[in-house]
Amino acid sequence: MATRRKEVGVPVSQISVQREADAGIAVVGNPNSGKSTLFNRLTGLSQRIGNYPGVTVERHVGMLKAGDRRIELIDLPGTHSLSAHSLEERIVVDVIFGRLPGSRKPDAVLAVVDATNLYQGLYLVQQLQGLDVPLAIALTMTDAAAAEGLEIDVGVLRARLGGIPVCPVVATTGEGLGKLRRVLQQLPGTASRPVEPAWPELAEAAGRLVQAADGPLALAAAERLLIDGADDDAITVRPAGRPSDSNADGDARLLNRLRREVFGSEPPLAMEARVRYRHVLAILNDVQRRVPAVTRWHRRITDWLNRPWPGTIGLFVVMAIVFQAVFAWATPLMDLIDAGTAMLAAAFTGLLGDGMLASLVSDGVIAGVGSVVIFLPQILILFLFIILLEDSGYLARAAYLMDRAMRSVGLSGQSIIPMISSFACAVPGIMATRVIPNRRDRIATILAAPFMTCSARLPVYALLIAAFVPAERFGILNLQGLVLFGLYLFGIVMGVLTALLLRKTALRGPKPPFALMLPEFRRPNLRTVAMQLWGRGKMFLYRAGTVIFAVAVVIWALAYFPRSDALAPYVEERRILAAGSLDGAALDEAYARIDNEAAALQLEQSWLGRAGKFVELVFTPLGWDWRVSAAVIAGFPAREVVVAVLGTVYAVGDQADEANLSDRLASAVWPDGRPVFTLPMVLGLLVFYACCLQCAATIAVIRRETNGWRWPAFAWFYMTAIGYAGALLVFRLGS
Amino acid sequence: MKVDGGTLASLEKGQTGVITAVNASDPQIQRLMTLGLVEGVEVEHATTALGGDPLELRLFGKRISLRLEQARQFQIAPVAGIGD
Repeated sequence: MATRRKEVGVPVSQISVQREADAGIAVVGNPNSGKSTLFNRLTGLSQRIGNYPGVTVERHVGMLKAGDRRIELIDLPGTHSLSAHSLEERIVVDVIFGRLPGSRKPDAVLAVVDATNLYQGLYLVQQLQGLDVPLAIALTMTDAAAAEGLEIDVGVLRARLGGIPVCPVVATTGEGLGKLRRVLQQLPGTASRPVEPAWPELAEAAGRLVQAADGPLALAAAERLLIDGADDDAITVRPAGRPSDSNADGDARLLNRLRREVFGSEPPLAMEARVRYRHVLAILNDVQRRVPAVTRWHRRITDWLNRPWPGTIGLFVVMAIVFQAVFAWATPLMDLIDAGTAMLAAAFTGLLGDGMLASLVSDGVIAGVGSVVIFLPQILILFLFIILLEDSGYLARAAYLMDRAMRSVGLSGQSIIPMISSFACAVPGIMATRVIPNRRDRIATILAAPFMTCSARLPVYALLIAAFVPAERFGILNLQGLVLFGLYLFGIVMGVLTALLLRKTALRGPKPPFALMLPEFRRPNLRTVAMQLWGRGKMFLYRAGTVIFAVAVVIWALAYFPRSDALAPYVEERRILAAGSLDGAALDEAYARIDNEAAALQLEQSWLGRAGKFVELVFTPLGWDWRVSAAVIAGFPAREVVVAVLGTVYAVGDQADEANLSDRLASAVWPDGRPVFTLPMVLGLLVFYACCLQCAATIAVIRRETNGWRWPAFAWFYMTAIGYAGALLVFRLGS
Repeated sequence: MKVDGGTLASLEKGQTGVITAVNASDPQIQRLMTLGLVEGVEVEHATTALGGDPLELRLFGKRISLRLEQARQFQIAPVAGIGD
C-alpha cells in the first residue's frame, strides 16, 4: 500500500504512485448535470467500473485521454451538497476529503456545473472552495442554456470564483473538450486559490478548527464538521478517520463552542442554505441574464405530460409497452438461438457418436447452457428499456407520480426507482436504494425489491407458461400473456405487502421524507446506453459460460452416473424378445420405447435421481416429482439454473425424443401414468418461483447493503416460506 | 398572478410566489433548503401528481417536487410586477 499524500502543493512527481497514474482528479457535480456523459467523453473506453470497499456504490475510474501526464479521473455520484444524507453522498464527501480507505485522495477536483442550473451548481462549488486541492469548473449544457435564453458571462463568473478555470463545454458534441483536457492536464499540482469567503464567520471558525487539529484538515472538511457535526447516525458506513475521533474530549469541546458561536440557535443546515444561496444569488445577478426565448418543444411536451392524469396514465402505458416489447420483440431472436442450439447438438452427436462424450456435450453442455442463453434477447430488451427510462430522466418522474401510492404502504416515491430497476435484476435495484436517506425506508425497500419479477425469473415463467398455459385469446388479450402479467402483478403485491408488514413491525418509524429534483426529459445518450447494455449482456453471458456451464456439467454427471451394470443385459433381453414377435415399423417403435424406458431407469438410479428422491418427500405435497425437486434445489444459488437443470435432466431421460423442452415437460408422467405437470402443479411452481429468493447474488448484495447477515437471512427464510406455502395452497386448491 | 400571503401549499397552478420565511425545525425542510428553497427566491407552482400531492414546483427553471405538508412550512408573498 502506498502512503497517502499529506501535504498540500507537493509537486506531482513526488507523489507516491498508485496504479500507474501520475495524479487523480475527482469529478463532482449535481445529479443530471451531464457529469457522466462528460466523464465518458473524457475517458473514452479506458474506464473501469468497480466498487468502493464495503459498499456497493459503483466506482467509475478512467484515464484522461490527452497529454503526457497520466491522469486518472474518478466519476463520483451526483450530489447537491457536501452535507451527506445518503450513502452515495457520503461516498462523494469521503473520496474528495481522502477519507475512504483504499481510495487515494484526489490531487484536484473538477466540478461539473450545468449551465441551465447555475443556481444549484454554484452552491456545491461554494462548498468545494475550501478544499486544499485545486478546483476547476466544467460548465456543461451551454447549448441548452443558450436555447433557453440564458446568457452567461464566463469571464465574470470566473472572476467571482477567485479566478479558477471555468471551461464551457457541450459534452454531447465535444465542443470545448480540447480546452478542458488541457486545463485538467495542468490542474494537479497548482496551488489551490484562496477566495473571499462567502461566509466569513464560518471560515474563521473552520480556520481555528484546522489549527487545533493534530493532522492535516482541509478548510472545507472543517466547515463540514462544524455544519454537520461529527456524527451522523442516518448513515451506515463508518465515518473513516474523522479528526475528532483521535483527539477525544478537547476537540469535541472546541467544536461545540465554535458551533454555538457560528450558528446560535439556528439549525446549521438551514443557516448554511440561507447564507450560501444568498451569495449564489448575488453572483447570478452579475453573471447570468435571461433573455426571451421560444419555449423548447420538449419542455412543452413535459408540461403536458406532467399534468396529473396524463402523467399517471402515461406511466402505466410506458410500463405496458416495456413488458409487451420484451415478449413480442424477442421471439424471432429466441427462435433463432433455439434452432442454433438444436443444430449444434445434432452436429456434435453426429461427430462424437453415441458415447459418454457425446452425451456430455449435447445433453449436458449444449442443452444446459443453451436453455439459458436463449433468454438473452429478452433480458437485453428489458435492460435496454430500464436503461432508457433511467437515462431519459423518466424514472424520477415515476417516483413523483407514485409517491402518494407508495406513502400508503409506508414508503416514499423514491422507493419506486429501485423497484422498477428490480424488474431487470434485483442486484442493481437494491443498489439503487442507496439514494434513500433513511435506513428503515431503505431496508423495507431492499426487502421488497427481490419480489419484483427479475429477468432471471423470466426463463422459468416463459418456459412453464409456453408449455402449460393454453394459448387462448380473449379479444386482443392472450391467456399466456395474462398469466405472465398476473405473475408480475403478484410480485408487486407481495413486495408491497412485505414493505407494509415491515413498516408496521420491525421497521416502524416516521413517514419517509420526499424531495426530488425532476429532470427535464432528454434524449438518452446512445454511448451511455450502449455501454451499459453491453456490460449487462456480458455479465449474463459470463454467468452462462461459467456458473451455469459448471452446474450443467455437474448436473449432467449426477444424472449420467453411476451407470447400472444390470441394465444392459435387461435391455438386450427385451430387444431380443421384441425382435422375435415384431418386425418393420412396429419393431422400431418397440426399440425406441425400450431405449427410453432404459434411459428413465438409468436416470432414476443415478445420483441425481437418488438425491431428488431424497428431497422429493419435502416437495411431494406440492405435486412435484423428484426431477422437479432436484431442479429446484439446484436452482437455489441462481434461479435461472433451474431451466438448465430441467433441460439436462429431460435430455438424458425418457422424454429426449421430443424436440424441445416444453414438449418434454408436457410428456413427463408419474410411475402410474398421470402427467406430472398439471395446471395446478404448474401454477404452484410459478408461485414458488415468484416468491423464493433463489439468488446468491441478491443475498450477497443485501448483506453488503445492510452490513450483516440478519436481513439477508430473514429475507431468505421469509421468501422461501411464503413460496412453499403459496405453492402448496395453489396446488391443493386446484387439485 | 396575484397571491395573498400564505404558504407554498396555497399557490394555485401557474402562480408564482416569493418565499419569505421557512420553518426550518424539521430536518426534512432543511434538506429542501439545501436544494435552494430559501427566503428570497421565486417559486412557481407547475402542477401536481394525481390527487394534488406531491406538488411540482419551478425553481430557477428547474422542477422540484415536494409534498403538501412540507410545502406548508414555506411562507410566501406575492411577486411584485408581472412575468418571471
